[in-house]
Amino acid sequence: MDSIITFIGENIQLIYILILSIFVGIEVISKVPSALHTPLMSGANAIHGVVIIGAIIVMGHAEAGNWPALILGFLAVILGTLNVVGGFVVTDRMLEMFKKKK
Amino acid sequence: MIQQYWLYLIYLLGSVFFIVGLKMLSGPKTARNGNFLAAAGMTLAILGTIFMHKNEEGESIGNYGWIFGGIAIGTVLGWISAKKVKMTAMPQMVSLFNGMGGACAALISLVEFGHLHGDTPPVTILTIVAGLVIGSVSFSGSIIAYAKLQEILKKTFKLPAQNILTIILMASILGLSIYLAFGHASTALLYVIFALSLAYGILFVLPIGGADMPVVISLLNSFTGVAAAFGGFLYDNQVMLTGGILVGSAGTLLTILMCNAMNRSLTNVIFGSFGGGGAAAG
Repeated sequence: MDSIITFIGENIQLIYILILSIFVGIEVISKVPSALHTPLMSGANAIHGVVIIGAIIVMGHAEAGNWPALILGFLAVILGTLNVVGGFVVTDRMLEMFKKKK
Repeated sequence: MIQQYWLYLIYLLGSVFFIVGLKMLSGPKTARNGNFLAAAGMTLAILGTIFMHKNEEGESIGNYGWIFGGIAIGTVLGWISAKKVKMTAMPQMVSLFNGMGGACAALISLVEFGHLHGDTPPVTILTIVAGLVIGSVSFSGSIIAYAKLQEILKKTFKLPAQNILTIILMASILGLSIYLAFGHASTALLYVIFALSLAYGILFVLPIGGADMPVVISLLNSFTGVAAAFGGFLYDNQVMLTGGILVGSAGTLLTILMCNAMNRSLTNVIFGSFGGGGAAAG
């Protein structure tokens, strides 16, 4: 129990960000029209590609001879980039189609 | 130190771009620019991390060859596959990219677990394992969703006593994770948890029918967001945290909105095939 309280105390600023972000996330998309559901899902999908930053940190601090870390980190960077680039490009194509329909 | 503060400023800007981008994405006139804005925020955050990040020991990022190599491969593959996919196949493409993000989160956890030393606090281990579990569920679930929409997997499978099985699976993942964190931190056990999580993702999506797949993809999308947020906790990284949680909460609400648009409840979509004495299983 002590270790959990310590963790919360040491990370209190992050926990504030976490709680406030939950409300921001809900508030920001609460009025989305149903036609935009799929593009919004796709856009959000690209945004969680921010996990690539973790991959870059892992990769950037892997020791030279540590092959498992190097290989897994390299793979993580590729997959994260796929998520980011693919996500934004697919969203853009969906929204482009939207414009033509109108 | 001043360099670190610049990076914080860049992360702050990135987070604001994500929030405003998401807001603009929910309006028909601004949606496309919102997507660009979010992409700009992402580019800023990535470049800032590569050139300015320092870990707790004050070491800068190294292995530039690997990093730029990985980004180059990912960009080319992602760009081409996103440009070539047919308009009708978009939802499964989103699912596939979502799975990649989940796998990325899982891999980060696998590497970080290798860096543990004797006096790592249990909560840190729990953070690593949470990223692994949620990322893996999202990965395997998204791949199944992709396979279903792409009609590689045509049938809806339902194991006997499916809901009991998934509950047991979930309970053992939870139990083993707690044991790993507070009891004995063994790598073998970590891989057992990894395998169970992958199995859980498969079992979670398999019984759900094709028409409900967009809802499931949206749900898995918010899972990956939460997995990314755990990474933010692990690295004390604000932009990972805000980006991840934003998607986690917005994605959950979006999932519910999508259900409402179909006049169904979320429990109905997820557990729908459990009821009706198997009549709903195709």
